[in-house]
Amino acid sequence: MRLNGIKLPHRKNTENCETETMPCPEKVVISMSQHIGAPAEPKVKAGDTVKVGTLIGDADTRMTCPVHSSVSGRVSRIGEMLLPNGKVCKTVEIEADGRQDLDEGIAPPVINDKQSLAAAVRASGCCGMGGAGFPTHVKLDYDENKTHIDTLIINAAECEPYITSDYRELMENSDRVIGGMKLISRVLDIRRVCIGIEENKPRAIKLFREKLADEKGFEVMKLRSSYPQGAEKVIAYNVTGHIIEEGRLPSDYGLIVMNSSTVGFVYDYSVKGIPFVERRVTVDGDAVGKPCNLRVPVGTQITDILRYTQTDIENMKRLIAGGPMMGISLYDPSLPVLKTNNAFLAFKSELPPQVQTNCIRCGRCIEACPLGLMPCEFERAYDRADRTALNRLKINLCMNCGSCSYVCPAKRPLAEKNQLAKGFALSPE
Amino acid sequence: MKKYTVTPSPHLRSGASTTRIMFHVILATVPAMAASAVFFGWRALMLIGFCAVSAMVWERLCNLLMKRPDSTNDLSSLVTGILLAFNLPATLPLWCAAIGTFVAIVITKQLFGGIGQNFANPAIVGRIVLMLSFTGRMTDWMIPNGVDAVSSATPLVTGDVSYFDLFIGRCGGCLGETSAAALLLGGIYLVAVKVITPHAPLAFIGTVYALSAITGRDPIYQILSGGLMLGAIFMATDYVTTPSTKMGRAIFGMGCGMITCVIRFWCSAPEGVSYSILLMNIVTPYIDMLCRKRAVGGIYRREKKEAQK
Repeated sequence: MRLNGIKLPHRKNTENCETETMPCPEKVVISMSQHIGAPAEPKVKAGDTVKVGTLIGDADTRMTCPVHSSVSGRVSRIGEMLLPNGKVCKTVEIEADGRQDLDEGIAPPVINDKQSLAAAVRASGCCGMGGAGFPTHVKLDYDENKTHIDTLIINAAECEPYITSDYRELMENSDRVIGGMKLISRVLDIRRVCIGIEENKPRAIKLFREKLADEKGFEVMKLRSSYPQGAEKVIAYNVTGHIIEEGRLPSDYGLIVMNSSTVGFVYDYSVKGIPFVERRVTVDGDAVGKPCNLRVPVGTQITDILRYTQTDIENMKRLIAGGPMMGISLYDPSLPVLKTNNAFLAFKSELPPQVQTNCIRCGRCIEACPLGLMPCEFERAYDRADRTALNRLKINLCMNCGSCSYVCPAKRPLAEKNQLAKGFALSPE
Repeated sequence: MKKYTVTPSPHLRSGASTTRIMFHVILATVPAMAASAVFFGWRALMLIGFCAVSAMVWERLCNLLMKRPDSTNDLSSLVTGILLAFNLPATLPLWCAAIGTFVAIVITKQLFGGIGQNFANPAIVGRIVLMLSFTGRMTDWMIPNGVDAVSSATPLVTGDVSYFDLFIGRCGGCLGETSAAALLLGGIYLVAVKVITPHAPLAFIGTVYALSAITGRDPIYQILSGGLMLGAIFMATDYVTTPSTKMGRAIFGMGCGMITCVIRFWCSAPEGVSYSILLMNIVTPYIDMLCRKRAVGGIYRREKKEAQK
């Protein structure tokens, strides 16, 4: 069986843009909610002096990563911000002094077993860097009495158009990525490590094939360029043949799926001990004067990035955090960079007007859905408020990849309806 | 503060549109139109043009009366008009054709809610209503390339036309259905541009072939004559009134093939393609229910119960 996928334009305009380090911004706004899971609580107060890597937020909940200062300077205030998902969270605003001194407490962690690896990863503040932002330490915190991890999948598919930040990690920091693969597989005693790269990145495939040629148990898998190849369930199936059933995690099947940049970061942290304070983002789109890959401190305001890349902010109509398929439209360019942001796309152009007609039942959305769902049926069931039908059609499995909306000739807002329907189906009657 | 466009993802759309799909279908009918002009003369082209225009007029009038947005620009009514014309003899008076397009567009399509909402193929219903109302006029086949309005019977009844004439369409019949070659060309085009999947046509034609062979009739003659090619390629692939999964489409095609054979072989009517498609249109929701896809990794209730045991 082959999972469905769709062909998208690649538009990897920035694939050959070496990562530049953006100059330290004057001010950063660090959100206490960086990823899915519970937000952290600020651990500093206005007036405190912080350095790069100083812990500024944390919480005891399982799905929370600690948050660290990305600049050295002084906390100006504890504020609030409206996240693009509609929730309000606390922020720590820091005025940078430009010196970027490292916190004195920074030291490489001691990693010798699963517990110490998970603890170190948690302390680093690391969450998945591919976009969804699942806290990495939770992935490593499986019950070893119940399951043994036999395959580590490194997700380097990067199937969304425009984004090249993982690709640059592969090309610039291949040793770091391989180091991370080795570290995790050694500590967790994983026999098979597989890095999956889409076939539209032949240079990365070649590089990793060369570097991993003599390594036993390491392999490079060339994946078809089909969206959404990088979705966890899709890449897990294509690499191992395991179908991850609803309600279960990859670790139940002996798999861990990690993004290539995340693995690179974990290795870097194991060597240097510098927590997650900066990341690479792709900046592209027709409003951007200088499309590029940038290394920016977490909490940098997007306006600073847009100015640095000579973006036509005056005429910018749309700003998207993430890729064009699953990214979020931002309502305000002064929002800060989150740990999960892999790209910012700024467009001067609006989407061409979409002429909507009734559903013509062509079945294209059914052919497009990677999980074999029936988006057109979801829409009908949602419109007649039929919870039973929605649950029978497995609305809960929709991962909002947007393929159905992309292919729909009648231009129905299918992906949008799916999200509404999911919320409706899960809400109490 | 400056305002930005904030929309839910995806922020990228494909170029596919309803209008474009209908345009492809119209292009695919061009070979059959050309064949009808060659074999039945200018009257055939005029009838096609009249049906196409009258279908659009009915559609627009309905929009105005029902206070719905203009839907003529999706070209679906044009397609219905052309396909209905294909199902008419070239000698049919224009007022009859106008009744046909009225039944197709107003009664079958617009009264059910417009594009996407009708349960039966409008062109098929239009043809059936005309057939039952004006049986004489509707079976007044003209001999191709002969003198105008000389009546003849469809080759399905006479059974004495050569394979080659049937294939290229030099035989009596409705103006668009006779040339299997032109229809196949259109069908191949539609599959190539991915407007249709070949499941329903192949299942339809294959079933008729198999059943004819089993019952001792000439299978090639059966698949080349009558409205089979037209029905299989252009009617049994209508999105709205056929199942939306590949599996469902195959079942739909097989059902059509079986009903066609039953009508052709054992009923008093000579031709059964339109009735078979109409009957299968009616069971389409049930086929869809039967062929509901299983979600990848979905756990269904029955399996859950078994797991609990």
